[in-house]
Amino acid sequence: MRIICLLFAIGISGTGCSSMGVEPWERDLLAKKSMRLNADYLDNYYDEHIYFSKEATSGGQGVGGGGCGCN
Amino acid sequence: MQLKKIKGQISLAACALLQVTSPTAQAEDNQWDVDSAVLFYSEGDGRVSAFEPAIYAGRDLEDGDRIDLRVVVDALTGASPNGAHASSVAQTFTTPSGNSSYTTKAGETPLDETFRDTRVSLGADWTMEMDRLSRLALGANFSKEYDYTSLGISASYAHDFNNRNTTLTTSLGFNSDSISPEGSIPSEFMPMVNKGFAQNRESDTETKTITDFLVGITQIVDRKTIVQLNYSFGITDGYQNDPFKIITVVDAAGLPATGAFDAFNTGDLPYVYEKRPDSRQRQNLYVKTVRHLEEDVINFSYRYYWDDWDINSHTFDLKYRYQMESSYLQPHIRYYMQSAAEFHTHNLALGTDVNQTTGKVQVDYASNDYRLAESETLTLGLKYGIPMGDNSELSMRAEIISQAVTDDNVPAGEEIPDLDAVILQVNYSFVW
Repeated sequence: MRIICLLFAIGISGTGCSSMGVEPWERDLLAKKSMRLNADYLDNYYDEHIYFSKEATSGGQGVGGGGCGCN
Repeated sequence: MQLKKIKGQISLAACALLQVTSPTAQAEDNQWDVDSAVLFYSEGDGRVSAFEPAIYAGRDLEDGDRIDLRVVVDALTGASPNGAHASSVAQTFTTPSGNSSYTTKAGETPLDETFRDTRVSLGADWTMEMDRLSRLALGANFSKEYDYTSLGISASYAHDFNNRNTTLTTSLGFNSDSISPEGSIPSEFMPMVNKGFAQNRESDTETKTITDFLVGITQIVDRKTIVQLNYSFGITDGYQNDPFKIITVVDAAGLPATGAFDAFNTGDLPYVYEKRPDSRQRQNLYVKTVRHLEEDVINFSYRYYWDDWDINSHTFDLKYRYQMESSYLQPHIRYYMQSAAEFHTHNLALGTDVNQTTGKVQVDYASNDYRLAESETLTLGLKYGIPMGDNSELSMRAEIISQAVTDDNVPAGEEIPDLDAVILQVNYSFVW
């Protein structure tokens, strides 16, 4: 599985980012709040906190965010 | 007018690309985007309940800068597994303070019911526009609870290129945490002692540091699709035990070795405090994609995690926003599975793991924290959101969480019960 993930990573970065993308006037849908990578900010914050306290693993989306004595 | 509109949309899309940016960015200048929420979390069988109000506020400043603030209060109460398994005999434990005891009936999972805490967490991020294509975000966070304090700082640099369709991000975070538990820090691998006897305790406080590094790329694939890929590496150094967790020492019959331990030292109970390594290296590979489907939006992420405690995990998360006339419904499914830490064990055996003559533990590390066991978690949820005006929205979310330890090595009669929890949440976001 790790190899698959790495291949995916290389694929994303190696297929040539320059061949992807849109022109500035094509960003109408991308500008919507629902298209944001972290659209449900507080939901995501709560979930990170809950699963941090119930599971052994965490992180991946960013750094920081505050520690907790719950795990 | 049209040019101004396009410029605004470009600016918003650029903000959406950045994970270091704020969650909301639709307010006009000199206005705050505010998102407030209240969450109620409840586990079955009288375990943990939490009430957690939170508020986020962010606003644009001059010269393209932005400030984001967050306050969260977390009130917890309930019971938490103490690490000992259910047994065919009744078991008596001493509370962390050493001043009292509690007895768990035969066949029941021992729970420490003295769990009660209130946590206050503050966070602030300041994003500075360095030039037309790059931004630097500096963050600080602080949290305080009864027995735990955390102080952290972070820095994140993001640069756009490829006509602002690609953003590279690098982030560095550092946390310094300290724990001062009720009754002080238990001595690793030393027995729990009956109330009324001197307890096996070390210092009042222990500390750890957490350093995280992340590199990520965000790519606009086409007019409807964004993809994000992050790799992160983190090191945790210092005290990583759960001071409230114990492990049962069992005799040849698989029962708590009560008599043997009391013979080693009067008052000793057949439970020893856990011991984990004081260093942990963690790695994550995280990919996320958001795609617009004419009206609806699909949001999918996958995370692969691995560390040098031999834990690896897979997390799949899918949200589908079903757009109705003005409101929306958003079903959510999350599936998580993890392997066990290499030192996770259900019991310690007298005679092999524990010296039969002295009672001393003979393994390097051991913990029976169920969170370090092989397990899986399934979450199913539904969110409903409805606009309450031009710039405000009310939403409600309900989710159920089912967690099960999937380890087949649990002795019969000592199975760890599944954890079922419910989340209820109400959000109200507005511009102020």
